[in-house]
Amino acid sequence: MAAGNLEKYKSDGSVGGNVLEWVDARFPATSLYREHLSEYYAPKNFNFWYFFGSLALLVLVIQIVTGIFLVMHYKPDAALNASGVPIAFASVEYIMRDVPGGWLIRYMHSTGASAFFIVVYLHMFRGLLYGSYRKPRELTWLFGVGIFLVLMGEAFFGYLLPWGQMSYWGAQVIVNLFGAIPVIGNDLSILIRGDFVVGDATLNRFFSFHVIAFPLILIGLVAAHILALHETGSNNPDGIEIKANKDENGIPRDGIPFHPYYTVKDIVGVVVFLIVFSAVMFFAPEGAGAFLETPNFYPADPLKTPPHIAPVWYFTPYYSILRAMVWNFFGLDAKFWGVVAMGASVVIFAFLPWLDRSPVKSIRYRGPIYKTMLTLFVISFFILGYLGTQSPSPTGELISQICTVFYFGFFLGMPWWSRMDKFKPVPERVTMK
Amino acid sequence: MKKFLIALFFAPIMAFASGGNVHLDKWPGSVRDKASLQNGAKLFVNYCLNCHGASFLRYKNLTELGLSEQQVKDNLMFTSDKIGDLMGVAARHDEQKKWFGATPPDLTIIARARGELGNAGAGADWLYTYLRSFYRDPNRPTGWNNVVFENVGMPNPLWQLQGQQVLNHTTHKLELAVPGQLSPVEYDKAISDLVSFMVWMGEPQQEYRRTLGWFVLAFLSVLFVLAYALKKNYWKDIH
Repeated sequence: MAAGNLEKYKSDGSVGGNVLEWVDARFPATSLYREHLSEYYAPKNFNFWYFFGSLALLVLVIQIVTGIFLVMHYKPDAALNASGVPIAFASVEYIMRDVPGGWLIRYMHSTGASAFFIVVYLHMFRGLLYGSYRKPRELTWLFGVGIFLVLMGEAFFGYLLPWGQMSYWGAQVIVNLFGAIPVIGNDLSILIRGDFVVGDATLNRFFSFHVIAFPLILIGLVAAHILALHETGSNNPDGIEIKANKDENGIPRDGIPFHPYYTVKDIVGVVVFLIVFSAVMFFAPEGAGAFLETPNFYPADPLKTPPHIAPVWYFTPYYSILRAMVWNFFGLDAKFWGVVAMGASVVIFAFLPWLDRSPVKSIRYRGPIYKTMLTLFVISFFILGYLGTQSPSPTGELISQICTVFYFGFFLGMPWWSRMDKFKPVPERVTMK
Repeated sequence: MKKFLIALFFAPIMAFASGGNVHLDKWPGSVRDKASLQNGAKLFVNYCLNCHGASFLRYKNLTELGLSEQQVKDNLMFTSDKIGDLMGVAARHDEQKKWFGATPPDLTIIARARGELGNAGAGADWLYTYLRSFYRDPNRPTGWNNVVFENVGMPNPLWQLQGQQVLNHTTHKLELAVPGQLSPVEYDKAISDLVSFMVWMGEPQQEYRRTLGWFVLAFLSVLFVLAYALKKNYWKDIH
């Protein structure tokens, strides 16, 4: 096989020859470049919603690069320094004040965390709009759900590291939830914390997960997500397969090479994203107290429970679903069912490819039922998100229960309602709108 | 559709009401006013730093307020600290806890910590109102209470400047019973300066951050024009 490669690229394998040929005889550089960029044919009708995949990749890179530099000065240590402040908390302020450019790197990372979720939520919503999860892209979708789950873990672990009040008590509340699992719960939560309360052991293991374990899994899943996508080819706003209509050279008639067409287009998306990102980062890095929660400017104090513990905004819809479960079933505590509902509300996305039975993929050719259901789903998601930031109240509880029922109804009823719609005829070729 | 989605996204952020029950006066100051910041720094080191630390800030940082190192040493440093040292406290935390019932919190980022969801800048208003809301209360061990922070452990450290207020229980308003060294107008200005300093101290590079932000946005705007032109050019044959 090696001999075949040598012949194919007309290289004698000596360094004196063409360097690229020398490499190609040993590593598939040119063929990878062709397969994934210059000869990867993407539908030509991508719209606004198709920017968020490449943007998610950009934010991942931002988080990794800024994270590398933050680790150089951050200290995962819950012990108190000479001024009585936890060392971890003080090291973040040290980065903000004494490390040259440290504030910029830190704000990029903290703003990046929220940006990651905004971009990923919009990316997922695109999937719902155009049926991107449908056959043959089920695995792309499943890897994507995996990315989302790992991202949530990554964000949760990272949020403990500044060791502020909300870091500490948020982790305390969430880890305690595992205690609601029958039989193993208590031991499980001790195993997660490495202690009976959130403490130095917890901080160190969360640090390890945040900077090593989860990023590794994340990168692996992202690679799998992209490989699976490039195997099937991208979906598009019309939800039709461009590979069904190829020219005499075997190239889809509605496809254009990813590079240069979508690279130059995504650069525009990247610049617009960076404008919004910079506007937040330079002028409102706290994100109105949503990106950096203000109580987190108090150092963690295990003896002082804050009056109101709220997760960061991107977790609040699931937190509301957790709080909505107030009934004991089958002799098991309501808290346990809350944990189950919260877990299910995230994992249920994985079943979408098999729940959706509509004959068309894209919302463009679906009828009023899907449009109504999707709108209501988004509205309940936002209401749940809002309620998750608020202190518990009887009205809030009732509303969150209604929204939770609808949230699950959207998915579980889909095999029926997705079939009943009035569908429009799907065109043969993609449309440029 | 797009506008609707944007509105939907921002609605929850807009809807966050301010949490406290007490009406907060708007802090009238600015972190751009160097004279105000210098006065605030003077008040801070004289009246606050004795019990509270500013343990993430260095004395050297005070030169950013338009002072020379010598001016900082002569006017704002009263201990044997070096100019590069952090502005910690000499008092011991365990003793302070005995005196006041709670350890006085570090104040470096208190203005940020007192912010609210939906209004991260509310911390300044809180401080501005709080520091003007002390009143005499014989039922408290220190003889002082506060309208904004009920049963607070701290006595009014600025009473010599402000004088002594009492709470009128019929009108629920504060009244100045014994005047201080400053008139109420002067006192409000002094507190505004002090709060300016505390807001500045929460993030000393904040003005530089905003200035840099304009340059970055200007650069990105130019880049956008170029990127958009590039895209248009490449895509002109795609229909």
